[in-house]
Amino acid sequence: MALVLTEEQTLLKDSASGFFAERSPISSLRDLRDSYDSQGYKSDLWQEMAEMGFTSLLLSEDEGGTGFGFVGAGIVAEEMAKTLAPSPFIASSIVATSLLKATKNAHLSDVASGQKIATLAVDETGHHSPYTPKTTSDSDGKVSGNKTFVPEGKAADFVIVTADRPGGFALYLVEKDATGFSAEQTIMADSRGWAKLSFDNTPATLLASGDAAKAILANALSKANIILSAELLGLSQAAFDMTVNYLKERKQFGQIIGTFQSLQHRAAHMFSEIETTRSIVLAALQAADSKDVDDQRLAIMASAAKARASKMAELVSNEAIQMHGGIGMTDEYDIGFFIKRARAVQNLYGGYHYHLDRFASLNGY
Amino acid sequence: MSDNQLEQFRAETKQWLEANCPESMRRPIQEEDDVCWGGRNFKFQSDDQKAWLDRMAERGWTTPTWPKEYGGGGLSREEAKVLKEEMKNIGARPPLTSFGISMLGPALLKFGTHEQKQEHIPKIVRGEIRWCQGYSEPNAGSDLASLGTKAEDKGDHFLINGQKIWTSYADKADWIFCLVRTGPKEPKHTGISFILFDMESKGVSTKPIKLISGYSPFCETFFDDVEVPKANLLGELNKGWTIAKYLLTHERAMIGDMGLPAPLTPMARECVGVDSNNQLQDKALRADLAAHEIDGLAFALTMERAGDEAKAGASLGAFSSMLKYYGTELNKSRHELILKLKGSDALEWEGQASQNGKIAKQWLRTKANSIEGGTSEVMLNIVSKRILELPDA
Repeated sequence: MALVLTEEQTLLKDSASGFFAERSPISSLRDLRDSYDSQGYKSDLWQEMAEMGFTSLLLSEDEGGTGFGFVGAGIVAEEMAKTLAPSPFIASSIVATSLLKATKNAHLSDVASGQKIATLAVDETGHHSPYTPKTTSDSDGKVSGNKTFVPEGKAADFVIVTADRPGGFALYLVEKDATGFSAEQTIMADSRGWAKLSFDNTPATLLASGDAAKAILANALSKANIILSAELLGLSQAAFDMTVNYLKERKQFGQIIGTFQSLQHRAAHMFSEIETTRSIVLAALQAADSKDVDDQRLAIMASAAKARASKMAELVSNEAIQMHGGIGMTDEYDIGFFIKRARAVQNLYGGYHYHLDRFASLNGY
Repeated sequence: MSDNQLEQFRAETKQWLEANCPESMRRPIQEEDDVCWGGRNFKFQSDDQKAWLDRMAERGWTTPTWPKEYGGGGLSREEAKVLKEEMKNIGARPPLTSFGISMLGPALLKFGTHEQKQEHIPKIVRGEIRWCQGYSEPNAGSDLASLGTKAEDKGDHFLINGQKIWTSYADKADWIFCLVRTGPKEPKHTGISFILFDMESKGVSTKPIKLISGYSPFCETFFDDVEVPKANLLGELNKGWTIAKYLLTHERAMIGDMGLPAPLTPMARECVGVDSNNQLQDKALRADLAAHEIDGLAFALTMERAGDEAKAGASLGAFSSMLKYYGTELNKSRHELILKLKGSDALEWEGQASQNGKIAKQWLRTKANSIEGGTSEVMLNIVSKRILELPDA
């Protein structure tokens, strides 16, 4: 498949770009942060995203979705990231949707329509280690344990949770009003809707168990990491564009600082890192849509894309602050929001070294 | 072209390649001797090498997309891609590699007169004439437009005097395409012309330069009262810089295009060893290797994307400078990594075990990648000015 967007995909990109710029500029994230909003996003924006069809991109038209698939979802994630628009898009419309679809769960249509929010609770420490949970369940499906770094964990109507069940690994679905379940908001650097969850003999529905459950989770995490790579690409592109514009305006020593070769070369190098990342992200998105790509190949592309995007985002978000100088350190200026979000996305479902390690193992070294 | 027609073309191509590509031409290129450069004095390595060239050239498939009128293959981009894929499937080597194909040809087709195309293109297609590029001079490297080799108007001919340097394979080339100063009073970019002449002309001499790698791919080239017919001017007088830049775009895309190189995994496993988890013993090196392989994948996909965008009508333009910069830096880091994987063995310079220092010499050869065809620094200048539109001082 050609590594270019089709006409329809370009239209989607344009409409998403205009939508987020108008409906959720960076000031919107700032408002949520300053008001200590516990939900972490604005419900009316989410409603509009659902009306635009953004919540059902992964469902075919026959399944009641818009049929844009992962390339479409990547486009929306990239455009959304340019204004750092907060929403449960990734947690609910990508990760939970993939899992509910793979397990043929009845809640899928409510989640895809945006009426219900779902999320995955997988991490238990600051390091991603998805297949060896300490959270346990008994054979009746009562879950006990703690999860951390759960996106939209406070807002979610359903939580898909990993647990160690007698006989092996399992994926469960927990409803937010189930007994013994509680969600506590975690205020993190990126001001989004993170939460810590605890389960105490909480009744849960078994979605999948054993190796099948691991395979379903691995596939969903590969896809999630590909979409997160698109988010990293979008936020880095926006931070880069702001920085290049600043280089064209700011004067010191009586001249525009963008005339200095030391800054020009660093900017040009960043451009090359962004563009090479753009290619691997698009190829990975296409792989996620392709029926000819097996799970192993998908995992290789996902880890390659996430590692690459993480390294690139680290470079660009740091340079963005450095090149803005003192003003880049102020809270009043928007550039700081990008580095904060970048690190959160880099960490979610495995950071740079996690994916380097996975890439090496999958390739037989 | 419909999918059906393209599939039929694929089937025919497959069949033809199967019947016409000699077995020995289906092995990867290992040595410099395996490359067929063509030219008057080229010594074919084998009858197979010659047969493979002749058969491909007869169909114009040494230059698949060039017009049939001048001996090219006349294939569409889609068909050329199919040909490339089918050649790759059987491991077929390129039948011919030359600067005529990768650099001069596209410029001749764009800027040449009908007569010039008729004279030169078929000989490039058939590998009869080997070309070299006369650009850099001792005092005009990165600042190429300050070149001083002069061509004086003597009525029916130009009289050329001066010196070129870093002329790749000048000692083996039959003709040269050369930048000369025809307008000494014009501003530096507007007094340059693009001219073609025979290296056997009286007054042309070459001297190979031995490099840190021990190889001598480059020469000094001297012109002492060389007479060149006026008809050999390509494009208009004093408009050579436009052609030079056009050609550099092709050259940069070519130098940057190292393709997706073979994975270093087998070498790493053999040289570094694996533990009980089937992972490289040296974990730090393992991480470096993974990071490098991912960068390589991202770059190969970027070359592919640039090709797909060009097919969709976008112009590559200054993007080729980014590709040149990234591809050559990547190739340098690949060879540094090979050195780390092999350890001290990689530094053996002579002797059978090291095939006379093959690894060490290839490593040093890559150091030229980010200098030849425009340095990395010049590429970054071009990206910052033409793509990012950062202002001049």
